[in-house]
Parts: sequence; structure tokens; C-alpha cells
Amino acid sequence: MANEHEAANMAHDAGAVAAEAAGHAAESAGMPQLDFSTFGNQIFWLLVTLVVIYWVLSRIALPRIAAVLADRQGTIAGDLAAAEDYKLKAKDAEAAYEKALADARAQAQKIVGEARAEIQKELDVATAKADAEISARAAESEARITEIRAGALEAVEAVARDTAAEIVSTLGGKADASALAEAVGARLKG
Amino acid sequence: MSEASGEGLMFHPMDQFIVKPLFGEGPVHWYTPTNASLWMVLGVVGIILMLVVGTRGRAIVPSRGQSVAELAYGFIHKMVEDVAGKDGLKFFPYIFTLFLFIVFSNFLGLLPKAFTPTSHIAVTAVLAVLVFVTVTVVGFVKNGASFLSLFWVSSAPLALRPVLALIEVISYFVRPVSHSIRLAGNMMAGHAVIKVFAAFAPLILMSGIGIVVTPLSILAITAMYGLEILVAFIQAYVFTILTCVYLRDALHPHH
Repeated sequence: MANEHEAANMAHDAGAVAAEAAGHAAESAGMPQLDFSTFGNQIFWLLVTLVVIYWVLSRIALPRIAAVLADRQGTIAGDLAAAEDYKLKAKDAEAAYEKALADARAQAQKIVGEARAEIQKELDVATAKADAEISARAAESEARITEIRAGALEAVEAVARDTAAEIVSTLGGKADASALAEAVGARLKG
Repeated sequence: MSEASGEGLMFHPMDQFIVKPLFGEGPVHWYTPTNASLWMVLGVVGIILMLVVGTRGRAIVPSRGQSVAELAYGFIHKMVEDVAGKDGLKFFPYIFTLFLFIVFSNFLGLLPKAFTPTSHIAVTAVLAVLVFVTVTVVGFVKNGASFLSLFWVSSAPLALRPVLALIEVISYFVRPVSHSIRLAGNMMAGHAVIKVFAAFAPLILMSGIGIVVTPLSILAITAMYGLEILVAFIQAYVFTILTCVYLRDALHPHH
């Protein structure tokens, strides 16, 4: 009984193997792509794969990449705006600097002009003062010279009279003062 | 499989596309973890690594990983906006999902021993049908019956319009077919051609002519691989931009 069963089993197995071999032969002869027995398997796994990919993309990958790209775009735009801002600020600063420079230059010009005017004024005053002093001194000197000259003339007459009197007395004469004076005056005039 | 080993070269360019269970032998049920499901899951892992782990810094000045994620985001975002219009951006996560799945499947499939989910018509057909259904539903919801004006070429002479309408309708329904077969066909053909060249490579161990054939086939594999890298990206791009074009038709059917 058991043997019989075993034998039947073996026969069955042999049949299965034979069928499988035949199937293999048919398979390898044609295209595995047209082996419809594997279609269900491939389609099932394909759909699973697609669903998983779609889920991963739409839930994780794409929002993340989109956020990163938007973030980068924002950063670049922000940086460009900031750069533009700084550029404007720099331009403003440059204008302020230019203005300060021009102001300072004008101020300096003004101060120089004022100083020059002041110096000129002082100089004028000093010149006038000096002029006045010089003319005063000149006049004084003139007067002194005149005086000295007059004094000298007088002295010459006196010396001459004295000398004459001395000479006359030395010669043994006796000179009358008024005659002497008259003679010396006449001589001096002559 | 073993029968060829005795007689030299083994040509099994299509074996790489066989869907088999990851653990043990047995029938492939709809839930069975197979090599197809493994490489789809690896694609998901790759996408998470690139878009979630890569952007975890949320940096204003991005790291390399974040740059790549942002580049991909910007690339598809701009594509959707340019092709489908501003109102198409609602569908951006959906289109980005499609693009990422395809691009990761294509590129991971280029690894040796890998399985390429997008080389199977079952996968690309589902993707294309999803796009087709979405676009058609959006078209009718947004425009009502006037969505049908997509098929009524008002710029053509009146007599021609019914004929054109018929052609337009046919081409509309052919869209998912071309959409899916283009992708699957490209991926399958490239991988199969590489495999054919690879089968020639061990000829040097068997015959004198191998001295010529083996270097040539290795060179050809390298060249094909380079081309496949290009194709892997271009096909993802084409699938995505066509989705955007179809979406534009749905949002703005009046040309």
C-alpha cells in the first residue's frame, strides 16, 4: 500500500520534472518577455515600486528639494538686495564725503581770505604809522640840522672875533671890540 | 543549458531576461520575490539614496550628492514646465517617478549579472498604459467633450478632416504601444547584442580563429556598452518627454 503510494508519487514527480523541462525548453526557445506566467509578478512588483517611489518623492524628496531651491533663490535675492543697498549707501557716503571736502575747501578759502584781509589791514596801519613816524623824524632832524647850522655860523663868528682879537693883541695892538666885530662881520660877509 | 557546454560556444542571449524566483525553484506567483522584483527594489534604494540621503544636508551651497539630486529635479521640472506648460507641474511628481524608475532600471541593468526590469514589455506596457489612462482621463476631466477636438484638425480642409480624424484616433491608441515597445525593445536589443558578442569572447580557448575573434568581440562589447549607457539615458528621456507631450495634448487639445 505504502509502496504503491510511493511509486505513484515518484511517477507524479517524474511527470512534473518532465513538464518543467518541456516548459524550460519552450521558454528558452522564445522570448522570456512573452512568458505570460511572469506578468502578474512583474506588474505587482512594478506597482509596489512605483507607489513607493511616488510616496518618497511627494512626501520627502520633492518638498525638500523645492524648499532648498526656494531658500537658495531667496538667499541670492536677499544678498543681491543687500548688495544694492550697500552700493547706495556707499554712493551716499561718497557724496557726503565730496560735500564735506568741498565745504572744508570753501571754509579754508574763506579763512585764508579773512586772514589775508586782516594782515593787509594791520600792514596798512603799520605802514601808515611808520610813514608818519618817518616824516616826523625827518622834520625833527631837519629842524635840528637848521639849528646846528645856525649855531655853527654863530660859533664861527664868535671864534673869528675871538681869534681876531687874540691876533691883534698878540701883534701888540689894542683892539676895540666893536671895531673888531665890525671888521670880522664885514670880512665874513665879503 | 548544459547541452551547449560540450560543443563550444553558448548562445543564450535571452536567458538574462528570464524571470526566476530569488529563493529556490518553483512557480512564479504574483507575490514571489524574483530577480525582477529585486532589481526594482534596488532601483528604489538607489532613488532614495540619491534624492533623500543625498539631500539630507539641505545646504544652500549643495554637496555633490545634493547637486545631482537638484540637477535631476531641475531637469525634469524644466521639461514638464516647458513641454506640458505651467499647469502640467501638478503632474511633476508622477512624471519624475516614471523618469527615475526608468533611468534607475536602465542603468542598474547595465551592471554585469543584473536584471533590467525595463527590458520587459510587461513593465513598460504598464508604465505606458498608466500614462495613457492618466492623459485620457485628464483630457476629458479638464476639457470635457471638447477634448475630442484633439482629433478634429481644424486647420485642415473640411473634406480631409474626417480622414485625418480617423488617423488621429488610430495614432492616439497606438501611442501606448509605441511608447512601451520603444523602451522595452531598446533595452532588450542592447543587452541581447552584448550577450551575443560575449558568447564569442571565449573562442580563443577553443580554436585558432579566436585570436582574431576574441579581441574583436571584447572591443565590440565595450563599444556596445558605451552605446547602451547612452541609450539607457536617452530612452528614459524619450519616455519622459513623450509623457509630457501627451500631457500637453490633454491639457491643451486645441492646436
